[in-house]
Amino acid sequence: MKRLINQTPAPVTRALLGLLPFVLLVIAYVLASEARLAENPADKLLPSFTQIGDAIYRMAFEPSKRTGEYLLWADTASSLSRLALGVLIAAAIGLVLGLFTGALPLVSAAASPLLTVVSLIPPLAILPVLFIIFGLGEVSKVALIAIGITPYIARDLQRRTREIPSEQLVKAQTLGAGTSQIICRVLLPQLMPRLIDAVRLSLGAGWLFLIAAEAIAATDGLGYRIFLVRRYMAMDVILPYVAWITLLAFLIDLLLAGLSRRLYPWQSKGAW
Amino acid sequence: MIEARNLWKKYGDKVVLERISVQVEEGEFVTLVGTSGCGKSTFLKMLLGTETLTRGELLLDGSPVPGEPGPDRGIVFQQYSVFPHMTVLENVMAARGFARPGLTGLLFGAARRQAREEALAMLKEVGLEHASALYPAELSGGMRQRLAIAQALLGRPRILLLDEPFGALDPGIRADMHELVLRLWREYKLTVFMVTHDLKEGFYLGTRLWVFDKVRHDPQAPDAYGASITYDLPVGQVDRSTLDEIDRDLTLTAKETEKHYENH
Repeated sequence: MKRLINQTPAPVTRALLGLLPFVLLVIAYVLASEARLAENPADKLLPSFTQIGDAIYRMAFEPSKRTGEYLLWADTASSLSRLALGVLIAAAIGLVLGLFTGALPLVSAAASPLLTVVSLIPPLAILPVLFIIFGLGEVSKVALIAIGITPYIARDLQRRTREIPSEQLVKAQTLGAGTSQIICRVLLPQLMPRLIDAVRLSLGAGWLFLIAAEAIAATDGLGYRIFLVRRYMAMDVILPYVAWITLLAFLIDLLLAGLSRRLYPWQSKGAW
Repeated sequence: MIEARNLWKKYGDKVVLERISVQVEEGEFVTLVGTSGCGKSTFLKMLLGTETLTRGELLLDGSPVPGEPGPDRGIVFQQYSVFPHMTVLENVMAARGFARPGLTGLLFGAARRQAREEALAMLKEVGLEHASALYPAELSGGMRQRLAIAQALLGRPRILLLDEPFGALDPGIRADMHELVLRLWREYKLTVFMVTHDLKEGFYLGTRLWVFDKVRHDPQAPDAYGASITYDLPVGQVDRSTLDEIDRDLTLTAKETEKHYENH
C-alpha cells in the first residue's frame, strides 16, 4: 500500500469523488425538508424542490403583477450591468495605476503609499459616504464596486509588472526603445492576461459589494430581491436566487478564462 | 574604442573589481572568464550601462559609457532575452519598430513590410526561418538563444555583449552556437565581449582572453580585495601549459573563498 500522500485518483474516480459531496448535500437537504414538511406543511425554512420549482417559474416566466416585468431577468439584467460597469471601471483604473506604478519608479514613489493606504479602507465603511455624495441611484452602487476592487487590481498588476524580468526591459532598450515603446510593446501586452486573472479573482468581492449595495438601497437587482423576500421568509425564492448568482459567477469566470486563453495564446505554451 | 582607466567597483565595503586598465580596439572578440562572483559580469553590465563604477573611468570612443542601455550596445543574456508574448518573427521585427522614433513602436505599411523582409532574412541567417510563427516558449534553449542573437543584431549594434549566453545549453548545441557567433562577428564587423565560466570556451573563441581573478588574498577578509584582469592573452598564441596554469589559479581562488565561508 502506497503512502496516502502518493495516492492519486484515476480520472473517473476523481470525477465521482468530486460529485459525491454535491449528491450528499442534495440528499441531506431533501431528507431534512421532507421531515420538516411532514411535521408542518406550512414550514418555510426548507421548501421542497416542487415549491422551489414553482417559485422559479413564478419569478422567471410569469410577469410580475405589480410591474409586469419578469422579475428574475429584470433583476439579473440590472445586477449584471452594475457589476460589469463597476468591474470595467476598476479594471481600467487598476491597469493604468498598476502599469505605471510598476514600470516607473518615480510614479511609484508618488502613488504607492497612497494606494496602500486606500487599499486598507474597508469599502463598505464608505458606502454611506457614496450614498451621500452620489445619491441612492446607480452611480453609488457602481462606485462601491469600483472603489472596492480597484486597489486589489492595481496592486496585483503593480506586482506583476515588476515580476517581468528586467532582462526584457534592458533588451528593449538596447534595441533603441524608449519608455513609451517599452510600456506599449513589452509590458502592456504581457499584463493583459494578468489583468483578466486579477479581474477573475476580484469578482467574488465585486459580487459582495454589489449585493451589499443593493440590499441597502435599490429598487431591483438580485441582491435587492433576496433581501426583500427575506421579510416573508421566502426561502423558495432566496435559495434559487443564490444558486443563480453562483451559476452566473461560475459562467463569468469560465468566460474570462476562455477569453484569456483565446486572446493570449502565448501564455499557455508553457513557461521557461 | 573601449578603454578602462583604473576602474574600481565596490558594493559597500566589498571590493568587486580593482585597478582595471585595459584598451579594446574595434572588431576585437574578448572573452571574459573567472570564478563565480569575480566581477566579470559586473564589468559587462558596466559596458551595458546597468551598473555604475565606483572609481576610475570607462570610456567608449573617448567619452564615458552612458548610464543606461542604448542601441549601440546589443545584449544577449543567458535567459529572458526575448519577448515571450511575441512570435519569433515579431520578436525580430520588434527590433526595427524600437529603432524608429514613435510612441508605440508599432510598424505600419511599407515600414512594416520592409521590417518583415529584414527580419526573415535575419532569421534565415541564424537558421530559424522554419520557426518564425512559433512563440519562444515553444523553442528549445538553443533556438531561443539564436533568436536572441538575431534580435540583437537587427538592432545594428557596434558592440555585442554576451552574458554567459550558452551556459544553459547542451555541449553539442554549444559548438553550433560558437560557430554561429564567430560567423556573425566577422560578417557584421562587431566588437564582442563574452562572459563565460567555461575556460576552454575562452581559449579558442575570439581574439582575446581576459581572466578575472584576485591578485591579493586576505584569508580573514575575502571581500577586502577585488579581482583584476590577471591574464590578458591573445587567443591562438597560447599553449596548453598556460591554460593549466590559469586553471590552477582560478581553482585556488575558488577554494580560498569556499574555505573562508566554511570557517565562519
